Amino acid sequence: MTAVDETTGAKEFGQSRRRKEDARLITGRTKWTDNIVLPGMAHLAMVRSPVASGTIASIDVADAKTSPGVLGVWTGADLDAEQGDLPCAWAVTPDMKHPRRPAVAAGRVKFAGEIVAVIAARSAAEARDAADKVIVDYDDLPVVLDMNEAIKEGTPLVHEELGTNVNATWIFDSGEAGTGGNVDEAIAAAHADPDSLVIERTFRQQRLVPAFMEPRSTVVDPTGEQLTVWSATQVPHIARFLLAVVLGISESKVRFIAPDVGGGFGGKIHLSPEEVATVLIARKLGKPVKYTETRSESIQSAHHGRDQIQKITLSAKKDGTVTGLKVDLLADMGAYLGLVTPGVPILGAFMYNAIYKIPAYQFKCVNVFTNKVLTDAYRGAGRPEATYAIERMMDTLANELGVDPLALREKNWIKHEEFPFTSVCGLTYDSGNYEAATSRAVELFDYEGLRREQAERRARKDPIQLGIGISTFTEMCGLAPSRVLGSLNYGAGGWEYSAIRMLPTGKVEVLTGASAHGQGHETAFSQIVADQLGVPFEDVEILHGDTQITHKGLDTYGSRSLVVGGIAIVKAAEKVIEKAKPIAAHLLEANVADIEFDSGKFSVAGTDKGVTIQEVALATFAAHNYPEGIEPSIDADATFDPENFSYPHGTHLCATEIDTETGKVTIRKYVCVDDIGTVVNPLIAEGQVHGGLAQGIAQALWEEARHDESGTLTTATFVDYTLPTAADMPFFTTDMTETASTSNPLGVKGVGEAGTIASTPAVINAVVDALRPWGIDDIQMPTTAQRVWKAIQGKEFDASVGAKDTRDGSHEAAPGNGAPLWSGNESGGAQ
Amino acid sequence: MIPAAFDYESPASVDEALAVIAGAGDREVKVLAGGQSLIPVLRLRMNAPDLVVDLGRIAELRGVRDDGDAIAIGAMTTHDDVTREPLIRQHALLLSLAAQTVADPQVRHRGTFGGSLAHADPAADMPAPALALGAEFVIAGPSGRRTVGASDFFTDLFTTAIGEGELLVEVRVPKHTGWGAHYEKFNHVAHTWSIVGVAAAVRVEGGTIAEAKVGLTNMGLVPIRATAVEQALVGQPATADAIRAAAQNADQGTNPMSDASADEDYRRHLAKVLTGRAVLAAVG
Repeated sequence: MTAVDETTGAKEFGQSRRRKEDARLITGRTKWTDNIVLPGMAHLAMVRSPVASGTIASIDVADAKTSPGVLGVWTGADLDAEQGDLPCAWAVTPDMKHPRRPAVAAGRVKFAGEIVAVIAARSAAEARDAADKVIVDYDDLPVVLDMNEAIKEGTPLVHEELGTNVNATWIFDSGEAGTGGNVDEAIAAAHADPDSLVIERTFRQQRLVPAFMEPRSTVVDPTGEQLTVWSATQVPHIARFLLAVVLGISESKVRFIAPDVGGGFGGKIHLSPEEVATVLIARKLGKPVKYTETRSESIQSAHHGRDQIQKITLSAKKDGTVTGLKVDLLADMGAYLGLVTPGVPILGAFMYNAIYKIPAYQFKCVNVFTNKVLTDAYRGAGRPEATYAIERMMDTLANELGVDPLALREKNWIKHEEFPFTSVCGLTYDSGNYEAATSRAVELFDYEGLRREQAERRARKDPIQLGIGISTFTEMCGLAPSRVLGSLNYGAGGWEYSAIRMLPTGKVEVLTGASAHGQGHETAFSQIVADQLGVPFEDVEILHGDTQITHKGLDTYGSRSLVVGGIAIVKAAEKVIEKAKPIAAHLLEANVADIEFDSGKFSVAGTDKGVTIQEVALATFAAHNYPEGIEPSIDADATFDPENFSYPHGTHLCATEIDTETGKVTIRKYVCVDDIGTVVNPLIAEGQVHGGLAQGIAQALWEEARHDESGTLTTATFVDYTLPTAADMPFFTTDMTETASTSNPLGVKGVGEAGTIASTPAVINAVVDALRPWGIDDIQMPTTAQRVWKAIQGKEFDASVGAKDTRDGSHEAAPGNGAPLWSGNESGGAQ
Repeated sequence: MIPAAFDYESPASVDEALAVIAGAGDREVKVLAGGQSLIPVLRLRMNAPDLVVDLGRIAELRGVRDDGDAIAIGAMTTHDDVTREPLIRQHALLLSLAAQTVADPQVRHRGTFGGSLAHADPAADMPAPALALGAEFVIAGPSGRRTVGASDFFTDLFTTAIGEGELLVEVRVPKHTGWGAHYEKFNHVAHTWSIVGVAAAVRVEGGTIAEAKVGLTNMGLVPIRATAVEQALVGQPATADAIRAAAQNADQGTNPMSDASADEDYRRHLAKVLTGRAVLAAVG
């Protein structure tokens, strides 16, 4: 654990330290919000609408008010004058339709699960009992669930006052932007050219539930000068700002604290109706109040993810060169707009072209309102959908052309020597080495051996068929350059803040605006600071998640904590050293220009005279002996605004076995080689990859939020929402290549979303690959056993599928020294 | 997830428990065994009994004893104990194997054999093996004890022969010493209910199937004995082809539901495939 990198002097960077926060998190002996108990605290329960669309004809709260322990009952009408309007921070277009979103519905409900009344009682049990006594009569209104129906003329409206179910239509066109050609011309040319082809497919991204481990919980103490809110949130800083705006109170009167938070995956980036309601009731009662949702409430009313219909048109030459890509999306907003709801599909807009040199591109997204709980960010947010679509299309194209899908990808991807590369969307990919990651993955996977086995199983019509799926992905993360966000009309910037306090004893307190909820910030950031300041890892404390500790910050989502927040810490550390240098020089009676800093020690160049950073910290605290004209402080802070996104990439290979008698899909082998640049802590990075893979694989195989025709969520418990556990996961073979990012001083890239983004198409490509002998070219997610079994019923098995010859040797287009790494072995080609 | 308020009693003996239940009068009583089904139902407020009678303190309801030609399993014996108990492994291996597939380790350590049988969820894994092995159910009531045969115990969805004021106290399972056994469970993810499950116990003599007992999970409102399969198996060679052919009868007399986890036709198909696999595994 103490090896020193001789080129950089780094002792901690690259070490697989175990996470220092885990002991308290795993044992639960920590401040989860629901663990917080304050004197005289009241408890809330919510009454929620069982109907997806209707008007509230009457609410009878008389019995609830007299129920034991009840302190008060409030309906939406009671709160409407003061509850404000929950905000959306991303007006994606100037004419975007933005419905009012009350914390507690008044008069009209628009999804099943919407809050219609709030109960406060002395205990949570009494609050729940009273909630059951509220009698609400609803007049049902037509329910809009299907996006294709929703956008038709004459369909009932989710929000009558908006006059449409379309939230916004957002278009990017490379021809218009000047970043590429006109895609309609490219497609027309391909139609007209016998040596080209056009393929069109429609994919469905099912709705998913973020399913964080800790349900959302909020405690509000209104008794101090500052209103204090503890909440299981990813975004305490953003929530503080929004709460002040929504309630029209001074931001300086609000302290927002995210104590230890048990997961989020995007599901906790919001100011929630429950948070606002808890604040309102606490203020009314003048005493602390707690609300903790049940698991079913969480699944029903916390935002969902995905839910898109993707129509993709791709044109290519028959040698495999892609010439154009057109994306038409329908994206389900649900009934309301959350913090970034309408922007989620747009985060994907820049990623459909992925790692490929696609000369002409158009993306059009129609955002649609339906009577379902809202969607918003979920691990990957827009980018998993984009990656899924393009990687499914690349496999489809390879199959159409009868070439190896890896060779086809290589023919189109950006070569290592072509970086930095400006994509057809205008993004500058700073670095990448798709060849290296793919080569390593192919080697670990035994690609050729599995292809051979696949051919053998096909030839003998084995009841267990094998499929191989590929996903060569990249993503844009590290949200985000503030000016880019501004150009997309996002309501805030993308910088991050850090401050470093040098304590008299030489210990270090580091403040960060990035708010951890399971990522391991305290460990990884401590490693960075230990190297930057040359102090022991154990001497660094990371403080976060409290607006009174870190007054500003933009919190944690979009794989931004390390590449934005971590760099802010580096910048603050550099300032600490610069502030310490004149004091060190003074103590050493030397010239500042002669002072060098290395591994925690300031020394005079060419001498053995030196003073440690701890000694400088103590001397600065005493302030008995320091230079004239400077402040006696070596504390420093920094705000870092990235100039570019981070572009992790990797190659994921998945082999699935299909039990053709039952349809059951089993992952036989999963290999991923990710390139996340330089790695601070390989253990944490691998953990992020494993968790990401589990969520991405779960979308492919198991998870789906389903509604019945009345709009009731039928998967509101973990009995019906089939969330997998470790018992369902295969063993993963993971590895990394390290192509340093050139956009930040550490060379790091984001890792939090990579596994989720890459894995879903790898799995589905493998499933489809196994099913090709039945003429199957696509299958809807999740690929449950029943769905797979039904797909092959009544179809002829053609063992020769996939064994056809390459038409024009296009697999030989793979580079360099002749034969491609994967030997140009055609898809399923018999040996 | 807070249940509605209820009164709670935790008697120390079966007689005391029966007295508590008898004394409840018109109040609705729920009996708590391991709680793996009842507690979620209470927490979701799908049921709000007036009184919960917890059997957890009744030592006489736990454990397994040799009872001559049968083994007697106390109703409060946990699934985990069923998987490990040497008497069960020796004489009713099928029960041990089925219990191993129940949910996850936490559930198996809390959930009980008798509780699962009394709850009679059609998707639960323990009823079909108990039915297949011809278990007898000892039910205690105010007027003494009676024994109900397996074919009369499961009467309807979530309904058994246990009457008002009665308790399931013991399950007597005829010894199937030396029989091969297998429970083939098919579900979405590891912790979820069976879509279909097949319990098979087979006695092979000289390469020929001498006796076969097959029970089906979730192929109807109650666990079902696949008698057509059993009859077709007897006298057949213990080969894959013969077993698969016999297994084609597996959906005879079944009445599977279409629900969110599977359609009826798929369940019928699964029953045949899984029966073949279960019997094949049982013959070893």
